[in-house]
Amino acid sequence: MTIPATIDAVQEKLAETGYVCGRALATVVFLSLKLGRPLFLEGEAGVGKTEIAKALALCLDRRLIRLQCYEGLDASSAVYEWNFPAQMIAIRTAEAGGGADRGALQEELFSRDFLIERPLLQAMRPDQRGAPILLIDELDRTDEPFEAFLLEALSDFQVTIPEIGTIKAPEPPIVILTSNRTREVHDALKRRCLYHWVDYPDFDREVEILHAREPAVSETLSKQIIAFVQGLRTEDIFKKPGVAETIDWAKCLLALDVVDLSPQVISDTLGAILKYQDDIAKIGGGEAKRILDEAKARVETA
Amino acid sequence: MPEYVPLEMPETPRLAQNIIHFARALRRAGLPVGPGRVIEAVRAVEAAGFTDRMDFYWTLHACFVNRPEHRVVFAQVFRLYWRDPRFLEHMMSLMLPAIRGVQEEKRAAAAEKRAAQALLGDQMPDLPQPEDSEGGTQIEIDASMTMSAEEKLRSLDFEQMSTEEIAQAKRMLARLTLPVKPILSRRRMAAPLLGHRLDRQKTLRAAMRQGGEIRALARAKQRPRWPNLVVLCDISGSMSQYSRMVLHFLHAVANEKGAGWAKVHAFTFGTRLTNISRHLATRDVDAALKAAGAEAQDWEGGTRIGQCLHAFNRDWSRRVMGQGAVVLLITDGLDRDDANALEKEMERLHLSARRLIWLNPLLRWDGFAPRATGIRAMLPHVDSFRAGHSIASLEDLAQAISRPDDAGEKARLMALL
Repeated sequence: MTIPATIDAVQEKLAETGYVCGRALATVVFLSLKLGRPLFLEGEAGVGKTEIAKALALCLDRRLIRLQCYEGLDASSAVYEWNFPAQMIAIRTAEAGGGADRGALQEELFSRDFLIERPLLQAMRPDQRGAPILLIDELDRTDEPFEAFLLEALSDFQVTIPEIGTIKAPEPPIVILTSNRTREVHDALKRRCLYHWVDYPDFDREVEILHAREPAVSETLSKQIIAFVQGLRTEDIFKKPGVAETIDWAKCLLALDVVDLSPQVISDTLGAILKYQDDIAKIGGGEAKRILDEAKARVETA
Repeated sequence: MPEYVPLEMPETPRLAQNIIHFARALRRAGLPVGPGRVIEAVRAVEAAGFTDRMDFYWTLHACFVNRPEHRVVFAQVFRLYWRDPRFLEHMMSLMLPAIRGVQEEKRAAAAEKRAAQALLGDQMPDLPQPEDSEGGTQIEIDASMTMSAEEKLRSLDFEQMSTEEIAQAKRMLARLTLPVKPILSRRRMAAPLLGHRLDRQKTLRAAMRQGGEIRALARAKQRPRWPNLVVLCDISGSMSQYSRMVLHFLHAVANEKGAGWAKVHAFTFGTRLTNISRHLATRDVDAALKAAGAEAQDWEGGTRIGQCLHAFNRDWSRRVMGQGAVVLLITDGLDRDDANALEKEMERLHLSARRLIWLNPLLRWDGFAPRATGIRAMLPHVDSFRAGHSIASLEDLAQAISRPDDAGEKARLMALL
């Protein structure tokens, strides 16, 4: 699948896969595809940063390779590793067979057969469908040395394995980095990327997203859900619900056959949107009713 | 590899130039924009094409912004730079504060002032002309700043500064630090040198392992530790201009890495006490002060020092002053409440602080005498009493803060009580 030629085409293609995005996000995605630059997405948890990589992979029909970052992630788990147990077995087998040719054995032990490819190396492999999409998720969770390592990997798209040689990507992968901003990512890395802050969608867009993801939810209910969740986001709570939570909640309500939001239903299912006890305690009481009343008023006037 | 079309735009030869100037405006507004980004922006604009103003906006946004707090600044600079019909109005709004005095500044939206100053800080050769400029209003700003001007600014009262001077002063304040001497903690660390105190426990422990024979005397010295800084800043009406500058200064102190303070806690008070420590950690000074301002809802109201100190002593004192914090109290001490209660709270504050330094802008007047009841109640309970009305006085503070015996003007004023 070739890269869409205009911003509108990007928006359309993404919408086909169920990812409804704004013009702003479509613009940066288009630029990132067109200029071949990594795309750095920041934003609150649950606004759809990871989702965009999946949607892109789907609509461009490319392979999605995901590197989930965590503290202590190092090059060996991100790029490649030698399969040590398999190498040991190969040595033992050769010994048991007797008369092993040491040179040939050595050659064989450090061949591609014993190489475990990790996401970064996989992303540099040629693919008949075209360059894969490399999702480096939650970059803010790694430590700074790994970030520095990425700098090199992202600018050259090549990896040197001493025993094999340099492997260079025939076509650089489409890279998407995401961060929840629990810590500041270094400017040097950001400078190599196009940046976009993914915000919570506005009312109409969120209704659209919910409709695309859960078509079974009735229009009135979905409007009520979105108005309530958006009202919740303006409250002073510890963790504001993201789009993912909205969709989860809609699924819950669907499973319970709810047709109209009521304070009782909300307090029963609050765990689907609020993930902190303090928040639930705060909203669970009379607050939920007040927000719901406001939300219903908003739906009616709209 | 992506293929770039050669950078040729014969039909709009000024676009690239305009983007360059736009980038320079952004840089002046505080965004870290390097030449590499500019080249990329030109390429990106070329790739995206010109269909609609919002595309253009987001294209440049993707290239120039890489921090969420920069989005506002970018939006403002963009709005001003790319032919906003209300361009002239904004130019005028920049000029107004200088004419009408500093009180007007608060009206400008976040980052708008910075955007305007970035654009108009000096004359821009290719600034797009406003469409409705036939009136011929000519605005010239001379932003040349010489060393001697900086010297002059140093001793100028914050309240007498013009907008431009305030901007310059803020830049100077941002460079100031409060260097502090480490305090010696009760924890000890091994010290190989002779002359440190003998560590008897460690010597004996070592001896036990050696079958009771003492082979060497272990010595230890106290481990140095940095103190915390707690700032209580008065933001009532009479203090507004000073507290604004002091908060700028505090932002610099709180964000200076390795300057010595273990932690900086800041509180504002007027009619009620507000903890703004969290906001000071925001990198962008304007965003930080805006957040602090939104949190503290008593800007430029009255003052109830006694009650606010009571709230501090009750709710925060034990949490933030546990490890020998230095307290900086910034207020003019003009309080109409019960003086006895105020004195009691001051005493309490003084007893729990390692050092209590009072910065009072009123001290700039030569004939200042502690006549107000609030000041009379507070003065006996501070370690040091200093002026805080200009850059020079804050610089003095920076030097005095590491002198343990510094009392500022306290002795002189105590004699007047």
